[in-house]
Amino acid sequence: MKTGQVIISRRAILTGLTSGAGLLLAGCPDTQPPTYGNVLRMADNLTYRAQRLLLPRNSLAREYDRRDITSIPAIGTTNPADPHEEFYDAAGGAAYERLRSGGFADWRLTIDGSVTRPGSYSLDDLKHFPARTQITKHTCEEGWSAIAEWTGVPLRRVLEAAGLKPGARFVNFYAFDGNVDSIDMFDALHPQTLLAYGMNGRDLPIAHGAPLRVRVERQLGYKSMKFLHRISVTDEFYDPGKLGPLQNGWAWYVGI
Amino acid sequence: MSVASSDASSVSAGPGHTRWVRVTHWVLAASVLALAVTGFTILMAHPRLYWGAVGNDLTPALIELPVSRNYRHGGWEVSTPVFPDGGRAMSVIRTYDILNENSWARSLHFLAAWFLLVTGTIYLLAGLFSGHLRRDLIPRRSELTPRFVRDDVAAHLRLRTRPAPGGPPYGLLQKCTYCAVVFLGLPLMVLTGLAMSPAMTAAYPLLSGVWGGTQSARTIHFGVFVALMLFVVIHLAMVSLSGFRRQMRAMTFGKPT
Repeated sequence: MKTGQVIISRRAILTGLTSGAGLLLAGCPDTQPPTYGNVLRMADNLTYRAQRLLLPRNSLAREYDRRDITSIPAIGTTNPADPHEEFYDAAGGAAYERLRSGGFADWRLTIDGSVTRPGSYSLDDLKHFPARTQITKHTCEEGWSAIAEWTGVPLRRVLEAAGLKPGARFVNFYAFDGNVDSIDMFDALHPQTLLAYGMNGRDLPIAHGAPLRVRVERQLGYKSMKFLHRISVTDEFYDPGKLGPLQNGWAWYVGI
Repeated sequence: MSVASSDASSVSAGPGHTRWVRVTHWVLAASVLALAVTGFTILMAHPRLYWGAVGNDLTPALIELPVSRNYRHGGWEVSTPVFPDGGRAMSVIRTYDILNENSWARSLHFLAAWFLLVTGTIYLLAGLFSGHLRRDLIPRRSELTPRFVRDDVAAHLRLRTRPAPGGPPYGLLQKCTYCAVVFLGLPLMVLTGLAMSPAMTAAYPLLSGVWGGTQSARTIHFGVFVALMLFVVIHLAMVSLSGFRRQMRAMTFGKPT
């Protein structure tokens, strides 16, 4: 872990306090995302370690009734093929446009990295896994929330089918709009963490991440990435640079 | 701990602020300042408050605050029903580029929250075991007579505040105000703050349940923020009225020996 340039003394004190507390809670610093000497990232890691230490592993997010489903804004990337979006990847956008025009019949989800059986899955392959439907609350970092019904295959099932290697620790998601982000096994193996292909009783709409998005119910909305095409399992934390949250100033862990 | 050495001056009759009170006071003050600035920044990203479990731009708001360009912003594409069979619930694409500084504001908010939590806990434990809370903060039964209350309220209304000793003993209203902040305001902020955490509420649903839902907790979080800011304004006014320089010295360096 790379730590601090010498900055002003007040920040150095904060750094010492938070990293000290972080180490105290963590024990083993290579299991957390890098901080690059940024005191805000150290505070994020402190919250991450504290919640992982104190919260039970498989507590379920509250599930609601069908009549509780609310209206829901679609924000962020709402069409990866649109070059005017804030996040746009030319190759990903072109591929998405082609797959969408074919009704995603040719779409495949690649799974690679620290698994014994790397490979790819079509939508039909994923739908052959036992499905799970859950009505949960989507909480946006902006401050709003909405309730929707999500249908998909628990990520755990797919990871088990691919065969996690013993050292596997993080699951990285790659999206058609170029975004890359990851979650740890605590969230990846949680029974409510879905690879969702359905929303409110029909196919996942484009604005909400068609054909496949992930649902991470114990973190804020931006961890539930849309428009997936690849999952990569890694033994260590992988920082995708400008394509991920850290280098854009955002916390990697947002359970709070 | 500083000891009263000179009772000659009428304004330094008390023992002054002990060292741990001075240190925790300033760490907490800095935390509250950082929490207030970042909290307001976070509010600006979505200046709408709701009651219940959920709320968003497409559902009715309890309060809409005109505090950023996001206030009642337009920029929504045609709505489509979320259900195949219609119904009232809609999905709408947002095309408006909102003001959102939550990347640093959220992380700084939680950094300051850690300082508030740790320092606040130290303050409460030290206050409990040193007798500071019982001796200096909690009003005595003898003070809580209607006559005493009426006199202190009347004195404050006439702004007839005498130069303060720079530390305990505190006046009756002063004690009540500090108790409200220490035992009610700040704990409420921590609890309603935690009630907005998706990981915390999954583990302990009662955290948000007691407030009637996460969005209710967010609204209460804002209400208590307003109350605490009102306290800060009045606190600073009273510090000024009772001798700003001496009060600042007393809270920073303690009682001169």
